[in-house]
Amino acid sequence: MTRKIPVVPCSGIGKSLGAAAREAAYVLTEDLRPDKTQVVALALLVMGDEEAKREVAGGQAIAIDGCKLECAAKGLASCGASKVHKAAIFDVVRRNRGLKPEGVCDLNEDGLKLAQAAAGEAAKIVDDIDAEDDHA
Amino acid sequence: MPDLPRKKVGLISCSGEELAEGTVTRRAVRKVLETLRPDDTVTLCLPLFLAGGEGERAFARYYPTIAVDGCDKRCAALATEKYSAKPAASIVVTEIAKECGCGKIGTARRLNAEGLRLADQVAGKIVEETDRLLKKKPKSAVQESDRGKP
Repeated sequence: MTRKIPVVPCSGIGKSLGAAAREAAYVLTEDLRPDKTQVVALALLVMGDEEAKREVAGGQAIAIDGCKLECAAKGLASCGASKVHKAAIFDVVRRNRGLKPEGVCDLNEDGLKLAQAAAGEAAKIVDDIDAEDDHA
Repeated sequence: MPDLPRKKVGLISCSGEELAEGTVTRRAVRKVLETLRPDDTVTLCLPLFLAGGEGERAFARYYPTIAVDGCDKRCAALATEKYSAKPAASIVVTEIAKECGCGKIGTARRLNAEGLRLADQVAGKIVEETDRLLKKKPKSAVQESDRGKP
């Protein structure tokens, strides 16, 4: 696979879940699947930056959203991603009920654990896309 | 006297996820909101703004806003202008970094000490603009004891 999968976290600044989405994107693209994924900035994408749009158009992409408004997923869909996979933090929280994320600039330990869990789920999506490409 | 809503300034950070400067915008805006001018500011969520959040857009139409961008693409300023009204002030982190002779600031994921210092500088600039817009007397923006705190 030559093209890196674009990963777009929400840029939410008001709540810990947005911060966890951002951290999850870094865990995925820097620690778990650095050779297969890359972060694309949501603001650039939605403001129509040509380079950002080129990275997304026509391929599969992963949105990591903090809340149900799903701004990242909507942004990817509007820029022509062929399929938008979702690793939504608000869903990951439901599956990890003990975690109480706090903080925005500096996530607490539970926030970081939540980001790790979301990144782990996103890594499985990456592997599925990879396997699909191998069979194509 | 009618109970009029208090005038506040909306802060919109680009939050650019690809650049360390985007992380600086977040940290600076949060610092102003949480510590330096909590009674005078609110944050507006840029993605929500872009995705059609009417509350965010309406606020920016009727209240002054400060766009805080990481780079000269100025997504936050352009988005504000496109969807609501021209921001009352526009701050670009790379310009402030140049002015204060800032070195390497770390990564988008983790700012280093220089990056935290730059975030303080940007927070100070946001405070200056906030006070100007609310016609407040200037006071010390960033106390020495605040440096490095979120």
